Amino acid sequence: MAAKLAAIFFTMILVDNYVLVKFLGICPFLGVSKKLNSAFGMSCAVIFVMTLATAVTWPIQNFLLTPTDADGNLKWDLGYLQTIVFILVIAVLVQLVEIIMKKYMPPLHKALGVYLPLITTNCAVLGVTVLNIDNGYTFVESIVCALGAGFGFMLAMVIFSGVRKRLEDAQPPKCFEGLPITLVAASATALSFGGFGGLIENIFGTM
Amino acid sequence: MNKLQIFTNGLVKENPVLRLVLGTCPTLAVTTMAFNGLGMGIAATFVLFCSNIAISLLRNVIPDKVRLPAYITVIATFVSIVQMLVKAYVPALDKALGVFLPLIVVNCIILGRAEMFASKNKPLDSALDGLGMGLGFALTLVLMGSIREILGSGTWFGMTVIPESIDRFTFMTTPAGGFFTFGILMALVIYIENKTGNTKKRSIGCEGCPSRNVCGVKGGCE
Repeated sequence: MAAKLAAIFFTMILVDNYVLVKFLGICPFLGVSKKLNSAFGMSCAVIFVMTLATAVTWPIQNFLLTPTDADGNLKWDLGYLQTIVFILVIAVLVQLVEIIMKKYMPPLHKALGVYLPLITTNCAVLGVTVLNIDNGYTFVESIVCALGAGFGFMLAMVIFSGVRKRLEDAQPPKCFEGLPITLVAASATALSFGGFGGLIENIFGTM
Repeated sequence: MNKLQIFTNGLVKENPVLRLVLGTCPTLAVTTMAFNGLGMGIAATFVLFCSNIAISLLRNVIPDKVRLPAYITVIATFVSIVQMLVKAYVPALDKALGVFLPLIVVNCIILGRAEMFASKNKPLDSALDGLGMGLGFALTLVLMGSIREILGSGTWFGMTVIPESIDRFTFMTTPAGGFFTFGILMALVIYIENKTGNTKKRSIGCEGCPSRNVCGVKGGCE
């Protein structure tokens, strides 16, 4: 059990990195990674919201949309409502968290709150909740998977903000200035994550 | 702007992917094959077309304060319809696009057009805008998919175009190849822009971002 959870966690960070391998959450990855501080703040907010969203959407899917009885038969099937329900729940949740934070935890709100509205429409958050259901994870596995995805996002953001710092002094051809060279740099960063393939199977055995 | 201009606007002049830099996630993720790019493009075009019309019709009814949740609900409805259609008629595409099919709901092209165009214009204009933007998106995806598929797998829409005896440049089908192709393609577009004096400032974020009015890091993505 513990080995499986650890395997899920590290797979999400290194092998199936959400940003560099699965292409979820590219906007903040390219947009907010210029400064290390904001990259770190954004990542913390993403970890928090991903875990919270998974903790809320998993019970909704398994007890409201597609509940099963003791024999594993569907009691009723509202699975087609998944997209609408999930995005609305996430949007409401993020708003709620922001309001509560603003009222009771002003310092935390100051550090993380500014990133929260950005996260509502972040595909990584909706992506992790949907993928957890698709993979048939249990509740605990889903939470660990969401945590891993969040930390993977943070790792990619922090590494990439370092890469971008170097890029600022680079003098690429004129047509590469700005976004194109950033994308090529992202390509090199993604390539380095390719080296982790097979690592998890060798450490934890095939699941 | 006349009707034709509204339609062609999204194809080249304001191409959502290469000029406005919107919808980067699906652009990078699904373009390992030209067919997947085409499928994603058509699905997004359908959603964009329908949601633009619906939001344009509702533009005087939706209160300003709750417009984002209202837009998301409208868009999510059409995305669910597309999901069911694709699952029923093109199951292979459903498998290939995977989670990116439901993720059309958070595609910033669609929310962005709802916010920037459909909420201020008449239904017919909005429909044309949605169609043009969607086709611009689809064309770019097919272009990227073609480059990556021909170089990476030696096929185009599943047909072999490079003889088996030549080694495949498999890097192109990896995630790193996606970033690389996108970067080169954008550099090429900027090169042409510089030649023709038709430059455009590119930034990820604020301009097309649906959250820009509530966002706390104004200009943080520039």
